[in-house]
Amino acid sequence: MNLKLLADIAKALLLARWKQSLVAAVGVTFSITMFIALLGFMNGLNSLLDGLILNRTAHVRLFNEVKPNPNQPINLAEAFKGGHNFIQSVKSSGSRVELYNSGAIMRAVQADPRVLGFSPKINAPVLYNAGTIDINGAVSGIDVEKESKFYFFDNYVTSGKSLDLKNISNSIILGKGVADKLLAEIGDVVQVTTSQGERLPLKVVGYFQSGIADFDKVQSYASIATVQKLLGKPNNYVTDLQIKLKDLAQAPAVGKEYAQRFQCDAEDIQTANSQFETGSSVRSLISYAVGIVLLIVAGFGIYNILNMMIYDKMDTIAILKATGFSGSDVRKIFIGIALTIGILGGLTGLAFGLLISFGIDQIPFNTAALPTVKTYPVDYNPKFYVIGIVFSLITTYAAGFFPARKASKVDPVVIIRGK
Amino acid sequence: MAKTVLQSININKYFSDPVRVQVLREVNLAIDQGEFVAVTGKSGCGKSTLLYILSTMDTDYEGELRIDDVVMRGKTEGELALVRNEKIGFVFQFHYLLNEFSVLKNVMLPGLKLRKHSAEEVEHKAMERLKTLGLEKLALKMANQLSGGEKQRVAIARALINDPIIIMGDEPTGNLDKKNGDLVFDIFKQLCEESNQTLLIVTHDQGFADNTHRIIEMEDGRILKH
Repeated sequence: MNLKLLADIAKALLLARWKQSLVAAVGVTFSITMFIALLGFMNGLNSLLDGLILNRTAHVRLFNEVKPNPNQPINLAEAFKGGHNFIQSVKSSGSRVELYNSGAIMRAVQADPRVLGFSPKINAPVLYNAGTIDINGAVSGIDVEKESKFYFFDNYVTSGKSLDLKNISNSIILGKGVADKLLAEIGDVVQVTTSQGERLPLKVVGYFQSGIADFDKVQSYASIATVQKLLGKPNNYVTDLQIKLKDLAQAPAVGKEYAQRFQCDAEDIQTANSQFETGSSVRSLISYAVGIVLLIVAGFGIYNILNMMIYDKMDTIAILKATGFSGSDVRKIFIGIALTIGILGGLTGLAFGLLISFGIDQIPFNTAALPTVKTYPVDYNPKFYVIGIVFSLITTYAAGFFPARKASKVDPVVIIRGK
Repeated sequence: MAKTVLQSININKYFSDPVRVQVLREVNLAIDQGEFVAVTGKSGCGKSTLLYILSTMDTDYEGELRIDDVVMRGKTEGELALVRNEKIGFVFQFHYLLNEFSVLKNVMLPGLKLRKHSAEEVEHKAMERLKTLGLEKLALKMANQLSGGEKQRVAIARALINDPIIIMGDEPTGNLDKKNGDLVFDIFKQLCEESNQTLLIVTHDQGFADNTHRIIEMEDGRILKH
């Protein structure tokens, strides 16, 4: 009831000076609009760029590295156990590139609560045969559904359907660069030869464009079964397990644990792509800083206008105080005015920010590197909108606080006698 | 004997800017229920200063002030505001009304602040006050559309809204012409006689003062006679 009365008075004062109030609110609106548009655009771009690599990189990748065996036979022999053995000309052993006991590993990984999901993979180096020439390349055997679900494989298949890999036997999705070199259309059959000399005709069901041209010149995809057939391996043959975690930050720990538990190599995303985090966090930091500077400038506008209003309404304040309103009542009135400007300006700002985001979202953005992106990317994360309105309230409150305190300290006697 | 509504005991007041000057000396004063008192004196004799101390707005004084038998010293700023709201009605020389509000709302504001009655009751009461002062036709006009005399009468209605135990006026007729000044005086007189309303009016209009019940004459911060 008392608050309602104070709100009434605040409203009347606000409307009595509606032009200035409007200017103040427009200042807030402008800064919030810019804040939202800037952050939305910046983060849209960020996640697009990060996605280029992060989407396609496993958080933890399990595989067997081609490397010399650390347990050389001489170290196991009783007779030489006590000495320090020098071995020369050790060779890497490539006999076990497959994940040993892959079925059991997959079950164990699936049961781990930290894991969001995983996708098995076979990497096979091949030669594409086109007439008289052979082109170096690699075919990855993938589980299309899992690969699409966890690594957005779908997004990079520019023509054809990714599911055809699974539905059509002996099919292949060629990298765009490979397809251009082979002059292969969708529906054509290409010949693929493995390093062991096995040759298999595969039907082209789509093109794949990752945004990294060099990658597309060598890489193609086929189903796991097809690659197993190509390599002449049994159906439990898997060389890689790409694991996606619920929390990316846990990757190094999980990687270490799995490496020990499954007796294989594990690479985590932080080690593989350490530079990414830095780039995106610096870009976010800059956009937050610009947004907050805008808000602070708007805050000074509010501060000025409230100060003017207080000088203007000195008489009103004096009369209110003489007729029984306390200093804290007067303070509430002016804080109320500031917050009203903040809320109205802020909400309009959110609306305009959303509109500008829609606008940016419509601007064409065509680049060879990003085949699936047709317009500028915008992030509509509600987080920005919440931060925007909270900041607009904080700045307007801060801007209103000092003028309001000044108003609450107005001595009615000085004003009334001064006349 | 009538009840004492306002009492000051040995009130001293100094202005310390730029040099320390004593403006009130040992002011002892008691005003009873139903009295119509005028405070007169030359400009600068301290009569307005005294009024602002008595009204609780100025708290920088020595001595004791009792309103309705309650000592004012030691009360917080908020408590004093409540005292002014509930027990004192104000009529100023220049500061009339809030231009942002209608006449009716201006009269209602102190009542709404007090929250003793619901908004409807306060509105009803405000209309009644306006009616007795012959202002009911102006109720919905904005305050700045009124003439000076009308404004002053609305200010009186506002002062009456919470049934204060005392009405204080600082030169309430000082800025009005003879006709309006007389009108305001008549209203005060009527309030005193019909409603037994206590009034304390600072004025330098001798004609005004002569018609009141009691004149307190001040000079150099002292009360000469009362």
